[in-house]
Amino acid sequence: MIIAVASGKGGTGKTTVAVNLALALSTTESVQFVDCDVEAPNAHLFLDPQFNTADVVSKRLPDIDSATCTQCGACVEACEFNALALMGGRMLRYDSLCHGCGRCGLVCPAGAIGETSHQLGCVETGRSRGFPFARGVLHVGETMATPIIHALKKEIDASATAILDAPPGTACPMIATLHGADVALLVTEPTLFGLHDLNAAVDVARTLEVPIAVVINRAGIGDHQVAAYCQEQSIPILATIPYDRSIAQAYAIGTPLIDAVPSWKAHFLEMAARVKEVAA
Amino acid sequence: MKLCITAKGKDLESLVDPHFGRARYFLLVDPQTLAARTIENAPSAHGAGVQASQLMADQDVGAVLTGSVGPNAYQSLNAAGIAIHIGTVGTARDALAAYLSGTLATVAGPSSQGHGGGRS
Repeated sequence: MIIAVASGKGGTGKTTVAVNLALALSTTESVQFVDCDVEAPNAHLFLDPQFNTADVVSKRLPDIDSATCTQCGACVEACEFNALALMGGRMLRYDSLCHGCGRCGLVCPAGAIGETSHQLGCVETGRSRGFPFARGVLHVGETMATPIIHALKKEIDASATAILDAPPGTACPMIATLHGADVALLVTEPTLFGLHDLNAAVDVARTLEVPIAVVINRAGIGDHQVAAYCQEQSIPILATIPYDRSIAQAYAIGTPLIDAVPSWKAHFLEMAARVKEVAA
Repeated sequence: MKLCITAKGKDLESLVDPHFGRARYFLLVDPQTLAARTIENAPSAHGAGVQASQLMADQDVGAVLTGSVGPNAYQSLNAAGIAIHIGTVGTARDALAAYLSGTLATVAGPSSQGHGGGRS
């Protein structure tokens, strides 16, 4: 089973929920932790994994032979991502825009376009606290996270319960993470920002036909609109985590909540049981 | 040589649209006759700056008058030898007058961060 812990808004507590869910569940069954926030992975700060593999992830880029190129512009026209331009008699390639689809090479009538490869980052695997841990890391300066997330998801062990810590937002990296998950556990905070971005995340999960459950973090701030929204949308709220200084203190020193406050383990085990009901 | 003014509306009385790649309209103006032609921009989800720059090159534009340009558009326009005037404010007609009086500065680098190329 794949449980994707996601949110529209950043900083709502995805990693807190994912890490503690994994730690609690690992005492009763086999789990795997996958940090899909490849632009800013942080679950390792709490789970302290030992990595033993690191595989490079690359994307393909067109390699245009200027001697063969007739500057007909067919590739510029064909590119869905505007990664090619024909300017002042020169072909320009924008690596950060290129998705490596290879269409330019297919349409080139002169056969002037070959392929080269460009490193985006890596996928690392190892173990943490007795269970497998995998993460992707996007190189600094790179913008295309999805190829790394796709490579990372190949590490998912279908026989275990995989907890995916998703990237924030509702753009391509979050969509790539949610795609194919059995359930989306959306972490939000009870504020107007939290509600707005929860709504966006709900739209993505519904479009992907992934069942949804919500966790409200920092309960006690804001108002009651998130709870009202969930009721109106028939989305179960599996847990509320209070706005509490001791929780923030544990987080700040990289201590998982259930290590700092062991009574939380039962709450996360209950959350796990209920999220599995939603997935079923 | 044609000028291109990015605008929020279809004519010279419209306000300048400060975003080059995702401008609503491109007003192509002949600085001698002041004849203007309007192209509605249809930016794609990715690479709007490059797309708009390619349009400028294809339309033989010699100078762009806009609010700001991102890094990809800057590089593209430069490669095409198209002058870039940023920080343009007011109506398109004001921008045109400022250009004709020589008071608009050109830029030596991109004036804004890219948008679309980010979280893809």
